[in-house]
Amino acid sequence: MNRGLSLLAPFVLIAILLAVWEIACRALAVPQFLLPPPSAIAEATARNMPLLMSSAWNTLSMAVLAWIVASVFACGLALLVGTHSLIEDAVRPLAVVIQVTPIVAIAPLVNIWAGLDHPQRGVVGLAAVVAFFPIFSGALTGLKGADPDLERLFDLYGATRLQRLFRLRLPAAVPFVLEGHKVAAGLAVVGAVVAEFVAGSGGAQGLAWRILEASNRLQTAKMFAALLVLALMGVLLYGVLQVAERVILRRWRGR
Amino acid sequence: MAAPWAPPSPARGEGWAVGAKPSKRDLRLTAPIARLQAVEVDYPRGPALGPFDFDLAPGEITALVGPSGCGKSTALRLLAGLEAPTRGRVERASGRGETAVVFQAPTLMPWATATDNVALPLELAGTSKSVARERARAALARVKLTGVDAAKPAQLSGGMAMRVSLARALVTDPRLLLLDEPFAALDEITRRALAEDVHALWVQSKPAIVFVTHNVEEAVYMASRVVVMTSGPGRAAGGAVIGAPLPRPPGFRTTEVFRQAAEKVSADLAAAMGARVGAAS
Repeated sequence: MNRGLSLLAPFVLIAILLAVWEIACRALAVPQFLLPPPSAIAEATARNMPLLMSSAWNTLSMAVLAWIVASVFACGLALLVGTHSLIEDAVRPLAVVIQVTPIVAIAPLVNIWAGLDHPQRGVVGLAAVVAFFPIFSGALTGLKGADPDLERLFDLYGATRLQRLFRLRLPAAVPFVLEGHKVAAGLAVVGAVVAEFVAGSGGAQGLAWRILEASNRLQTAKMFAALLVLALMGVLLYGVLQVAERVILRRWRGR
Repeated sequence: MAAPWAPPSPARGEGWAVGAKPSKRDLRLTAPIARLQAVEVDYPRGPALGPFDFDLAPGEITALVGPSGCGKSTALRLLAGLEAPTRGRVERASGRGETAVVFQAPTLMPWATATDNVALPLELAGTSKSVARERARAALARVKLTGVDAAKPAQLSGGMAMRVSLARALVTDPRLLLLDEPFAALDEITRRALAEDVHALWVQSKPAIVFVTHNVEEAVYMASRVVVMTSGPGRAAGGAVIGAPLPRPPGFRTTEVFRQAAEKVSADLAAAMGARVGAAS
């Protein structure tokens, strides 16, 4: 299969779908508030570009902040739990309960605790809660997932607790921790958007608020524009992290 | 058919005797470096080993042969001090740092270079990094690995990774070297090359070696004594003493000594498994 052709294929598909969409909207005279044609969405995107960009920046910075907060807490707790089996026994059921609770359900609580005057804090807090688990479980799996024969080797040579942690368990956890961070970044964006929807006040001025605002005014093309920016932001974030993961892993295993 | 090497005189008790009972041998002038006395190991899923008796003289190469699940690896972990027996006694004359294990897989740290992997036992014992690396490079040279010092395990072939693992075991100059099916994952040519190299390394410092394997021919080739184990929970069930020099002379695999020893070990192995099947039915 030609490499250039397979790279081109998704773009061709997108172009075809957009063309069908545009033609269908015009031919069937679909009202703009129901389904705007791609041309109208493009026009709305271009017209609202500065506002969309600043909103995207707000959402992104809140999500990234939440991701960092989640990373610090998740890695710290994983380290504590991973080195003390009693703490793990105590924490595991609790972690499961929190994890299976739908995150949207605790959003109003988080918003109240953050203070209605500080909607950003609520958004960051909720996004951090969502991003916490993939990092935590990745780090814990990694810390406990070192090759059992390597563990035996450390037994054989009488390694101390600290030697075992720094020379075996932490390095062994690296790929799992990276994977957890990659998943968590996507979830942090989801968490930020959900939290903004629930806050519903526009205090955070992110992309979710742009969607809500446009929806209230039946500006459907603008809703699509905000959605488009949100999707592109997600793709960008995923791409950056994918590259970062690959670079770090290549260094880690030397190839 | 005259062998190119002279057989030791039977008066010394070594002889060409194939099938002499290992425990009755009168070779040991020195105390054993490790001894298992009627050891039994029970795991939650049932008994895994024993009662099993085994002893090992300093500088001796012994092979443990038995069917899967007979407790060979468990016996090795007892000898290494990595596990305690449920019943029975384990005596070990080699202390920490004097015992080394090579596992079936190379068991290298994927994030560390070959040198760092080999230096690990020394660094865990508190040797300074520069000295440890120096000795690690020397150990890599002893296993005929050069130019891979900075390579990580993913960049090495299976045979090379196994040599790194062997270098790591040798870096502390152990008195007791435990090899747990070390060549099982390698192709025949690599296995044979590594067998020769293990003998060449053994000649340098004469550690006692216990070599666990499934492979009768490999056991007879590698070891001066082969101990056959029954299927699990494994007990000693015969074996052979192979009266030929180590390292093996060229063409050893085609000699009568080799053939007879392999036949004796195969027969004992078949009997050991048959007895177990018979007892079960």
